[in-house]
Amino acid sequence: MKEQLKTDFEKIQKVSSFSSKDVETKRFYLNKFIERGFPNRKLENWKFLDLDKIINKSINELSFYNDYSTTNKIDTSIFIDVLEHNKIIFINGRIEKIDFSYEDKNQIEISDDFKIDYKFDNNNSLIDLNKAFSNKYFKILIKKGYSIKKPLIIYHLTNEKMKSKNINLRLDFELEQNSSLKLIDFFSDITDTNFMNILYNFDIKKDSILKNYKIDKSFNKNIKYSYNNINQEKNSISETFIFSASSDYFKNEINCNLKGEYSSAFVNGIFSLKDNKQHEIRTSINHLVENTKSYQLIKSVLGENSKAVYQGRIYVDSIAQKTDGYQLSKAILLDETSEFNAKPELEIYADDVKCSHGSASGSLNENSIFYLMSRGLNYKESKELLINGFLLDVVEKITDVEIRNLIKNMIGLTE
Amino acid sequence: MDTREKDIENLKDYKYGFTTDIENIRAPKGLNEDVIKFISNIKKEPKWMLDFRLKAFQRFKLLKEPDWQKPKYPKIDYQDLYYYSAPKSMKDKPKSLDELDPKLLETYNKLGIPLQEQARLNGIAVDAVFDSVSVATTFKGELTKHGIIFCSMSEAIQKHPDLVKKYLGTVIPTTDHFFATLNSAVFTDGSFVYIPEGVKCPMELSTYFRINASETGQFERTLIIADKGSYVSYLEGCTAPMRDENQLHAANVELIALDDAEIKYSTVQNWYPGDENGKGGIYNFVTKRGLCKGKNSKISWTQVETGSAITWKYPSCILRGDNSIGEFYSIAITNNHQKADTGTKMIHLGKNTKSKIISKGISAGFSDMTYRGLVDINSKAKNSSNYTQCDSLLMGNKCGAHTVPYIKNKNFDSNIAHEATTSKISEEQLHYCQQRGLNPEEAVGLIVNGFCKEVLQQLPMEFAVEAQKLVGISLEGSVG
Repeated sequence: MKEQLKTDFEKIQKVSSFSSKDVETKRFYLNKFIERGFPNRKLENWKFLDLDKIINKSINELSFYNDYSTTNKIDTSIFIDVLEHNKIIFINGRIEKIDFSYEDKNQIEISDDFKIDYKFDNNNSLIDLNKAFSNKYFKILIKKGYSIKKPLIIYHLTNEKMKSKNINLRLDFELEQNSSLKLIDFFSDITDTNFMNILYNFDIKKDSILKNYKIDKSFNKNIKYSYNNINQEKNSISETFIFSASSDYFKNEINCNLKGEYSSAFVNGIFSLKDNKQHEIRTSINHLVENTKSYQLIKSVLGENSKAVYQGRIYVDSIAQKTDGYQLSKAILLDETSEFNAKPELEIYADDVKCSHGSASGSLNENSIFYLMSRGLNYKESKELLINGFLLDVVEKITDVEIRNLIKNMIGLTE
Repeated sequence: MDTREKDIENLKDYKYGFTTDIENIRAPKGLNEDVIKFISNIKKEPKWMLDFRLKAFQRFKLLKEPDWQKPKYPKIDYQDLYYYSAPKSMKDKPKSLDELDPKLLETYNKLGIPLQEQARLNGIAVDAVFDSVSVATTFKGELTKHGIIFCSMSEAIQKHPDLVKKYLGTVIPTTDHFFATLNSAVFTDGSFVYIPEGVKCPMELSTYFRINASETGQFERTLIIADKGSYVSYLEGCTAPMRDENQLHAANVELIALDDAEIKYSTVQNWYPGDENGKGGIYNFVTKRGLCKGKNSKISWTQVETGSAITWKYPSCILRGDNSIGEFYSIAITNNHQKADTGTKMIHLGKNTKSKIISKGISAGFSDMTYRGLVDINSKAKNSSNYTQCDSLLMGNKCGAHTVPYIKNKNFDSNIAHEATTSKISEEQLHYCQQRGLNPEEAVGLIVNGFCKEVLQQLPMEFAVEAQKLVGISLEGSVG
């Protein structure tokens, strides 16, 4: 793989127009990645799902070079038509369309300057990979006082040209003071055995609101990793919802820094897995100043050799008094082949805080099934009704009514 | 002065910090095959025991010291330690207590553990371990009547080789982790308990560990076997003198419960925690593991951890027998610059196995406390359940409290429930107590004792009283 990385890297540099300084920086990250490779179970954060092993097992000869010279045809049939929305369309990692037709053009700024930055310089080798291989990234700025009128949907699509490829994507968002953005990531891919590495950075300024919904709904055999880095200033709110169901492997990481007083972060997630799928959500909520709040709710329904992992971490700095942090994870195991692992972690250095977590896993309650059956439902219906109620709880946490209904319909939940 | 104040006066400075001047025999400094042979030789061990040690040492040479734990410590130079230290007068083991070095007896009297049997009123059989060797075991006669074997490990190797051979290393194999393997190679002494079939041990068995010599690591090994249908309650206490250097204590404790047997293991750990500035103190890196081998067996760990500069241990239960039960009750208190990373592992392998974890952590001063635990329900462990509760109490914003539970459920018939909270003592509670005439320190003491009550209740009477006092005293000076 080492040779592959190097030749693909040189191949990319030949066709692109980076400055020699940028190439050097990229090469630095490439070498850093080569040194460490894909993360494996020896690393604490990857203990439960070993990406290195999964990639080796399911993809042979992963290639890092993508030909971005030709455009791809956009299949409009997959668009979500029940909701008016702005669009960004990625096909095979190539940006095909940016459409903000519902918005005031003066209030949104889109730039595609490429510059390497040293943000999130942590121990994550996948971020190094992203920095080495992502060609250019877009930065979307919502100006002061502007609330986006319609949600923005980012379509992540792939077509049959993709096989055993690695795609690296990067997007940056800045929400200026008192602005708001509703963002839906919609994954729809028909291909298999590709590895997608997606990196988002959000800077949320004072009094701004970010709502991010990630929906992984159509069945595919790809491996995905998504990393959201969120920085929040005073009085800002971030809401993240993850519906994790259909890729062969999907790990979502949320790293949220609550840097301003009275800022709050909400993370809600659903795992609905079967058929050998392995998914993970890992969150790290860092309470860095006084009076911040975080709330996390993760629910899983697992069957048929599937495995879900939730690693949630709440960090409270010694100056972050009056922190309110909460996490809850619940899982229903439908059969003997499914597995649920959790690591809800609290790391607390301040004394005047209220932090708690809870985790429960088990099978469907036989008494409840009996109750429903005695009222005329059959076994299957009773089971479905109970699961429906179990998951509905999470969807109800979505604050945007329009999007809540959309997601409810998408996953087939009824009230 | 009322009694409480007197207690505090007595215990404010680490009361057990004295040293005893006793002539010692030491193995040469350092860790190598010769030292291991020296230990084995001086203890007149059979060849299989030496082989056991050497096998562990071969393995040890391949292992790397772990570094994933929260409390970091300066690198230990394993070649700069004495691995064997024994009072000289023990070379030819005294046959009865009368022959014991009077200085040793005096030491144990100072610790409040009179070894003279006639002086004991409450009927606890004691095995006293001083530095590397067991110095005395009391109440032997009474125990022998029931067929119970309670002696030092060295004696067991000589007199009951079959039992030791059969069980030693079956729960903590010689190929285990770094510190456990080190222990397997160089362990010096410890207690051995065998409870025969159907016998309920009529008294509490107790071991008292004391590190005296400087630059010495203490590596003791305890093995408790409860045969079918038997019951035993075992207590362990530890102290060490005040020294500026850090001393290593890496013990291994193995428990084996066969069909219908029950073992209750209680620890009150009060090793020297170092001074106010974090200088000195014991590194308590202990491996404790219990195996519920038989059906309907039960192992219960209770620990009150107040001492040590660094406590790093996870008393665990492997629930292999069907219907077996594992329990873990813990209070861990850190003050000043103490650090603790402690918790438990519950490995469910058999059907209908149950486990319960209650952990209470209190951190004050500049200390740092971590609960780290694993609950692993195997796919074959049908209808198993676990309940975990870990609460942390913080005093001041210079200390830390962390909870790191690992939860693995591979069985859909089984239930795992986990709860954790972190908070401080509420102003309302304090106000309520003070309004009724308690001073702030008493009020905190009362609230903390209430917070710990669930665990304290699990301790045998004699220990509970001592532990309750320790809880109050460990937090002295952390309020206001």
